[in-house]
Amino acid sequence: MEQVFGQVAPYIGYVYPNETEIPWTDLIVIYPYITGLVAGAFVVSSLHHVFGIERFKAVSKFALLTALCFMCFAPIPLLFHLGQPTRAFEPLITPHFTSAMAMFGYVASFYVCLLSLEVWFAFREDLVHLSKTSKGFAKKIYTVLTLGSDDISPKSLALDHKIARILAMIGIPGAMGLHGYVGFVFGSLKTREWWSSDLMPPIFLVSAVVSGVGLLIVLYVITCKYRKVVPDHEAMVGLKQVLWASLIIVLVFEGLELLEMVYKAREGIETVMALIKGPIWAGMSIQWGLSFFSLAVLSAMMIKNPQGKKFVNWMFVCGLAMMVAVLAMRWNVVIGGQELSKTMKGLLTYYPQILGRESLLTVLFLFMGPFITLYFAAQFIPPWEDAKSHPHGKAAAH
Amino acid sequence: MTNQDQIENTEDTGVTRRGFLGLMGAGVAATTALVSVDSNAQFGQHKTGHKLAFQQNEAQYEEALNNPPQIPNYNWNDHKWSYGVDVSRCIGCMRCMEACKAENSVQEDANHHRTWIERYVYLEGAEEALVDSAADPKNIEYVGSEVHFRFDNRYKDEKVDKAFFVPKLCNQCEEPSCVQVCPTGATFKAPDGVVLIDTNYCFGCQYCVQACPYGVRSLNEERGTAEKCNWCYHRITKGLNPACVEVCPTGSRVFGDLNDKNSPISLFIKNNQVTVLKSEMGNKPNLYYAGADKEVS
Repeated sequence: MEQVFGQVAPYIGYVYPNETEIPWTDLIVIYPYITGLVAGAFVVSSLHHVFGIERFKAVSKFALLTALCFMCFAPIPLLFHLGQPTRAFEPLITPHFTSAMAMFGYVASFYVCLLSLEVWFAFREDLVHLSKTSKGFAKKIYTVLTLGSDDISPKSLALDHKIARILAMIGIPGAMGLHGYVGFVFGSLKTREWWSSDLMPPIFLVSAVVSGVGLLIVLYVITCKYRKVVPDHEAMVGLKQVLWASLIIVLVFEGLELLEMVYKAREGIETVMALIKGPIWAGMSIQWGLSFFSLAVLSAMMIKNPQGKKFVNWMFVCGLAMMVAVLAMRWNVVIGGQELSKTMKGLLTYYPQILGRESLLTVLFLFMGPFITLYFAAQFIPPWEDAKSHPHGKAAAH
Repeated sequence: MTNQDQIENTEDTGVTRRGFLGLMGAGVAATTALVSVDSNAQFGQHKTGHKLAFQQNEAQYEEALNNPPQIPNYNWNDHKWSYGVDVSRCIGCMRCMEACKAENSVQEDANHHRTWIERYVYLEGAEEALVDSAADPKNIEYVGSEVHFRFDNRYKDEKVDKAFFVPKLCNQCEEPSCVQVCPTGATFKAPDGVVLIDTNYCFGCQYCVQACPYGVRSLNEERGTAEKCNWCYHRITKGLNPACVEVCPTGSRVFGDLNDKNSPISLFIKNNQVTVLKSEMGNKPNLYYAGADKEVS
């Protein structure tokens, strides 16, 4: 017999013949995930700059830098996914305005510009200091990056803060738009029962906040350990509160979405239930299990208010758990939606490839990108507010 | 210069985009070496990794894009194409699927079809039908080929209450969700009712594949662009029937111009109680079914 069914998803029941090749795979799982991780900065910078909550000061700049590094990598999985990557800019040049996807370039570009501006204003003072203290080639780069604006008088810095506040205020609707938009790309597709929910945009928005804050906690704890400093307790308490609150909202939204689907019980609901019990069972268990675990731990910490190393360790565990849980959620949405056949009479099972253009290896490399970039960015412009990172004593100038 | 560059360069030839695309389907066919549709011998020669004799090669595809043939007597504003399926007539021979693969150089595997036949079987006392298509692994195993279609005999020992075959193809919707979601505008609704794909603009994101309620779209991996049935646009613009209609031995497939009140499709819609699939999607399909069972979706 000839080679039959090379790269196809096995199925049960009846699926349309063309469905046996899953259109959106690992890369489209990682795309909303990386985009979502940006949201941590949006929360922290808006709470710090817009609402004036000073406890976030210690992580504010680091959050911005993290966000910029991740946002730069957000479109890359899409580029790898395209059948004709050389035409990637067509939606930007000749957009088709009824398409949600055509707006991605604009939404993402706007957000990258906004984040770049926020980062520049947040780091301008540091850049001026660095341009004066460093030597050789580095000095030249720092000087260029100041864009000729080397005035760090209190008046000038006050103006910086004011502009940073305005940018953060624009950032709130901007980030809501970006993350809500990603949810819209899926939620607006009427053909897929698993995606077609009005709650999809808010779910993507809040789960982005959860994963973003989780990432921030994880990175902050790791970098503090690496730099041999104690994580700022006030900042960690703030992150704990944000994570707890946003986790509750996302759990309620996701619970309501499932409940609505089951309660409405439209044609094919048996297949939806079979999907949850079948192909995405592991993903659902990870998503909900880790979410409830984190909620329990965070709630306990909200009541008991632990201090010191114990607090930091548990926060790290919660942050990491929520990063994994949201990744599982992205998988359950993106892959799960396609495993449920449009016939509503069948279920496919997707098995990821290890090697190849759209494979786990590609995902691994792409996901390492923002971390490596962040490492170098943090070396180049240290985002830390503690005295250890600012031997010249400029931290006291604030 | 790579093939890709040459394809890209055709955008500077001054041919208007829509006008060009309207004819593109014709180009695809004109450069395809047409064979008689009952050439089963050629299907039998299929080998993995080797194209069949009638399949369009890359040079031919390129030529079709670069130099589309002109069809001087065709004005797409004068026609309103539509398609009908008489479910009770279909015998599941699947000559239509083979004709389509040959005519349109559809990829030679079980996962890419512009049209297919579904088999619905109600076993004795069953409330729901058992459904399969030619792409079902058991049917492929039975035939031993992914381009040579037969239904297996799996129900030979069962008592069957009711059974029928349903041809499926692109519905060329009035409100096509594939066109709505296409980020580049590569896919569009032509004035004569057919939804076409400009493969010079398509960048292969597969959003349209997701958006189609009927599962008729797929990605042509070799070309990196979307693909689907266009009712053999290269044939209908010359006054011919689509290949599947041409080969159907029972007259199950009906095609014609709604602007002509005496065309086969106008009479089909007039003389039958017709229905469309998944009307709740709001896509307003242009593919009409007579005698479709409640299970068909």
